This record gives sequence, C-alpha cells and structure tokens, in this order.
Amino acid sequence: MTTPCIRMFRRLEGLFCVYKPPGVHWKHVRDRIETSLLTGVNGTPQRPLPQVVKFLAQPGAGNDGSSELTLSAASVPVLASHPLVSGPEFQRIPVAVGHRLDAFSSGVLVLGVGNGNKALSDFYKTPATRDYTLEGEFGTATDDFSHTGRVVERSTYGHITQDKLERVLAMLQGANQKALLMYSNIDMRSQEAYEMAVQGLLGPEGKSAPILKGLRCVRFEPPHFTLEVQCLNESQKYLRKVVHEIGLELRSTAVCKVVRRTRDGVFTLQDALTHHHWTASDVMGAIQQYHSSKKLRKSPHTQTKDPTIQSRGEDKKTESQQSEISEETAVSTVLHTLPVH
Amino acid sequence: MSIVSLMLLAAMASSCIQLCCRRCSGLLRSKITVQYSTQAQHCTAVLTASSRVSNGSSFLAGICAASHTRQRWRQQMCFYSEHKAKPLTAEANRYKDAEELSGSDVVAYKNRLQNATDSLPVTDSQVTLDVDAAKSLSALEEISDEEAVSISVPSALPPATTSLRDYVDKSETLSKLVQLGVNLWKLEQRPNVGSMLLKLDFQTDVAPRLLFLKDIGVEDSRLGYILSTNPFILSEDLENLRTRVNYLRSMKFSSETVASMVSRAPYLLNFSVKRLDNRLAFYQQQLGLSTWKTRDVVARLPRLLCGSLEPVKENLKVCQIELGFKENEIQHIVVTVPKVLTANKKKLTQIFDYLHNTMKLPHHLIVKFPQVLNAKYLRIKERHLFLQYLGKAQYDPTQPSYVSLDRLVTLPDDTFCTDVASATLQDFHLFLKTL
Repeated sequence: MTTPCIRMFRRLEGLFCVYKPPGVHWKHVRDRIETSLLTGVNGTPQRPLPQVVKFLAQPGAGNDGSSELTLSAASVPVLASHPLVSGPEFQRIPVAVGHRLDAFSSGVLVLGVGNGNKALSDFYKTPATRDYTLEGEFGTATDDFSHTGRVVERSTYGHITQDKLERVLAMLQGANQKALLMYSNIDMRSQEAYEMAVQGLLGPEGKSAPILKGLRCVRFEPPHFTLEVQCLNESQKYLRKVVHEIGLELRSTAVCKVVRRTRDGVFTLQDALTHHHWTASDVMGAIQQYHSSKKLRKSPHTQTKDPTIQSRGEDKKTESQQSEISEETAVSTVLHTLPVH
Repeated sequence: MSIVSLMLLAAMASSCIQLCCRRCSGLLRSKITVQYSTQAQHCTAVLTASSRVSNGSSFLAGICAASHTRQRWRQQMCFYSEHKAKPLTAEANRYKDAEELSGSDVVAYKNRLQNATDSLPVTDSQVTLDVDAAKSLSALEEISDEEAVSISVPSALPPATTSLRDYVDKSETLSKLVQLGVNLWKLEQRPNVGSMLLKLDFQTDVAPRLLFLKDIGVEDSRLGYILSTNPFILSEDLENLRTRVNYLRSMKFSSETVASMVSRAPYLLNFSVKRLDNRLAFYQQQLGLSTWKTRDVVARLPRLLCGSLEPVKENLKVCQIELGFKENEIQHIVVTVPKVLTANKKKLTQIFDYLHNTMKLPHHLIVKFPQVLNAKYLRIKERHLFLQYLGKAQYDPTQPSYVSLDRLVTLPDDTFCTDVASATLQDFHLFLKTL
C-alpha cells in the first residue's frame, strides 16, 4: 500500500550532482542531503489514522442486569499507528556518493538515491574521465602541496615565461600518453588499437595509476596560473602534486590553491546544485532532469558501446571550454552592469 | 442484542473463560481458605494476567475507564490481601454487586490459571470435579446478554517489549501523552524512560504536574515539547518544583520570564535551588555584570543555567586569550549575543580567524557587531568573496560605500544580493560555483 511518502521517495530515486564547497568534508554533504531529503519525504501530509470499532456498553444498563443491554459501536483511532508513537515513515534514505572529493577541493560531486545507487556503481566503474581546474601560484613549496600547508621552500619565479610552462606541460602530457598506452594492454601494432585510439576508447580498465588525458594552461599571470586537466583514476592530492612538480620542472616552486572539479562523466557544473538548493524539491527536479537527459542520450547513440566516452572523446576540450566561457561571460556581465569605481 | 452476544462469543478464543465462570462459582464455595493463602503467594506471577483481564473488562464496561480500572485494580489488590483473612461468605456477598461480577471473573480466571500451573494445592477431588463440569458445558450454549458482556477477554499485552506502541492504546497515561503531542517514539529510545512512563498514573502523577506548569504560565502547545525533552519532570516532587519557581520569582524574574525560561529549557526545574543559585552567582561574578543584565542574559538563554559551567569557563578564556578581547568587550559581546558562551570553540576561533586575518577587521569593529561571531563560517566566507570579486568588500565605516557587518551576515540571500551587492541571486549562485 503506497503512502504519499513512498510515492515521493520513488520520485526521488536516481542520480544527481551537487557543488561541494571547499573546506567541507564530503560526508557532511552526504549527511546534510540525507537529512533534507528525509524532512521532505516525511513532510508529506499524513494519511488519517486507521480506526477500530469498539463496542461499549452503557454504564447504566450493565448494572441493572434485567433490562436489555444497549451496546454502542464507537470508531476509535488506533494510536499505535500515530507517527509520534511509531516514528516517522522514513528513518533512513540510502544516499551514496560517487567519486569522492577531499575537504580541500570543491566541485561537482555525484550522489545517488535509492535505486540510483545501482546506476552509481556502474557509473563508478566506467572509464569516464573527469575535468578539473587547478589554480597554482609560483614561489613557495609546502609539505601537502597546498597553500594552507607548512612552507618548506621559497624561490624566485621571475624567469618563468608562458612558453617554458607550455613546454613543461607538453612533456607531462607525452609521459601520460605513454602511460595510457601502456595501461591499456593492447598491442600497439594492431588494427584494433588504431580503431580504439580513433574513438578515444584507449584507457586502463579498473584501477591503475592516475593518468592525465589532457592538460593545458588557461591563464598565466605570474605568479598565478590556471591549468585545465582531464584525468582518470586520479585523487586530488595527486593533482596538487602535479602542480608541485610543474614548479620543480620550471626550476622554481609552486603550490596549488584551488582544485575544482568541473565535470564528472556526464554531470557538469551547470547541473550541480549549490547548498542553497539542497532541498527535496530541487533534488527531485535535478533527478528528473537526469532521467530525461538519459533518455535523450540513449536514443541517438544506440550503436556505440559507451556513448559518454564517444561524445567526450570528440568534444573533450570544447565542452570544458564552453562551460568555462559561459561561466565567465555570466560573471563578466555582472561586472559590466556595475558602476565603475 | 442477542446477535451481539453471539458475536462476542464467536470473537472470544477461550471458551475456558466461560467454563471457569460456571465452575469457579462452584469451586469458590467448596474451597478452603488454606488454598487461597497458598495461591495468594503466587499473586505476583499472575498480576500481569489480571491487569490484562481487568483492562479488557473495563473496556467492555465503559470508556470512562480511568476510575474503573483503578477501582478494579484496587479491588483486586484488596482481594488478594483479604483472601487470607476473610471467610468465603464475605466474598460471596460481593458477587451481588454487578460491578464485582467482572471482578469475580477476574479472580476466577486467576484461580483457573493457578490451578493449571500449580501442582501442590490441587487435590484429586478437584480435578475430578473439573472434568465432570467440563462435560456438561458447551460453547453453543446460549447465555444472557449481561453474562456475555461481562465475559472478560484477555488482551494480548506482552509482558515485556521494546516499544511503547504495544501499550499505547490500552494505557490511559500514554494515550493522553500522545494527544498532548509528546514524541513517545523518541522517548522510548532513551534508557528506562519507557518503563517510567508506563508506571505513571495519569490522575495522580501527570495531571497535577501539567496543571502546575499551566499555572506558572506555560502555553498548552509547549507542553508536548517540554515532556518530550524532559520526561523526568513527571517524576519530580511537586513541592520541589514549587520551591524552585518561588526561588526564581524571588530573584526578581517576572512570571512571564519564568514561563518562557521553563518552556525553552525544560530541564530547568529539575535542578535544585542551590544549583540554580550557584549558577546565577557564577555568571554575575565572572562576567562582572549588574544584576539586571545577568537576569536579562539568563532569561534570553535559559540553558545557561542547565548545563555544566566548564565549557562556559573555557569559552571565556578563549575569548580573552586566543581572540584577544578585553573585559569590557567580552561583556558587551555576551550581553548582545549570549550564545557565544556555549558556542563551539573550534568554530568560534575559525570564524574569528577569518574575520580578523583574512577580512582584516579590527577588534573594535567585531565588538560593534557581535552577531558575526554567531553566524555560519561558510556564509561569511561566500558573501565576503562575492563582495571582494565585485570590489565592494569595504567594512571601514569611515570610508565611502561601507558595508556593515550585521547586514553582511543577517540579511537573507536575495535582499543581500539586491541591496548590498547590487547583483541578482543567479549571479551569486554562479559565483559560488567558481569558488
């Protein structure tokens, strides 16, 4: 027998993504979403309490003994089913987290609810890449590669030019490409390897060392610089280490100030919900959007094995570029509308 | 009505009860007092059964159940204690009273149970008597309506259970508590609270205390919250409660203030006068405030009087040493925002660190707007970074386009965006995604 609570929960099952702010542990995000979903689901109007018929004898008639007993039937609510006695209908909601983000980083965090957790484990296993934006600063080196750590070394950075940076990035990309081919376990001289490379399906299966599939510099204003990365099997600490190593390669030092995930598989920044929108109704909207987009994706791409990789292989960089550009235009319009001071 | 009696008969599982009605009237006359005394020893084992039966019979008799159950209970207790002393004739006299009819059924049922379980007092003659009696009865025998109604159905109350759900329909105390709005589900998870609530009697324990709370001025809608948070107020002595309220009134707290303090800090009246006095003296002495101001602080945050004083002492030390506020500054902060005394030290230092070292706010400005110390760290950070991005992060009152700290922190998001930042809410959310 489906109650309004259960019907609302069915509508909440699926995948969605949130924007995790920096400095917050991913578990707190998951717990906060679970609490808000519980308040939403348990807040649906309750059904009236079930009634039970009880036969009550009139007190006067029973004492006489001689006259006929008049029994009245009274419909009494069963208090044992009241939510104050038996508790709320939903006490836990299974909310699972996809690829985790450590407390220092921010960005797109994929969560699944109820039946969506099965899709989440499949999503976790597909070799989908993730987009990150790394902001670094030359001149210092710390023990945990971030600007909040203990400073280990300071150096000059006046000699660094964009050209040298690009050269270092190209070298890194080449090394990663070699690692990619090595981990994909395919003979490089076969036709199969060529076809897979054309489609962008070359990649390690399962766990492997972190691999950067794409790396480029977006902004260079010494000492600050911004990189964009597409990677597989990574951790955020590894990405901060990459920034540190770039500093070392340039005969200087660098720390990472921001690690921001802009895309995780098919979930982009545009779909991500900020913490003002972590209510049940907003989450329901995001999940329904995901379901409808899934249907759209399935219909044209019926032939290819993994449509996400194909589309990503073609438009890897343009997608991220577009999202960056759209963001920057949106914010820059804000700047333009302000009075100059 | 005969249809009803037949229905009742059909509903009852135990025809043995009917049997015992017949038989035990015979049994009682033939029994000797010795057997009653030996059976009375087993009274504790059968009390649960008797309570079940009494509740069932009371249900059938009438819904103004409270007085009936208690009377019956007391009658049964009397029954057991008098079994040893009184002769049978006195008991036989009781049968004439129709109310006792179900009582006798109760006793009869108990005796039936004991006959079934005991091996010692039952004699062979009794056993043969039972068997003979059983043959002559049948379940299809028609009985009068009064007899049918007075047959008590043993209700299936479990003797021990983990949830109050099983007892709430049968217990008057619990049903009245649910109607008041007490969250029994939360309370039964606390150790020993469930059994304590069951043992309470509504008329003698719960009602006087609820009336007392109403007298001091607590609103009816708050009673559910108070009992859900502090069920032990129902086991507190009424005299003690009165003494404590009188003490608070003697410390010049007005009646409305006392009522609001009790509704917001339900554990307040469970503490002794000595402890309350100790707390008030501590706050007055430590903070160095006048009596009026101390009273004001305590009235606004009554849980200061309930909890331990150690965290408060630590918070004061943190404010003085780590954050570097002076005595008079701490006094001003506490009088404006008393919650600082019970705040989490780590969060307090995190917020202060951001305000002082990142936003470069001097001490005197933070003291002027102590609400910032009460705000969420993430909120302050996001709004400050947004204003900084727009170039509007100007917190110095002497300079133009000044943003006051209380507006930064207390305004809701849309008002903040339109008034302070001159941007739309969507821009703010877009900016948040770039952090």
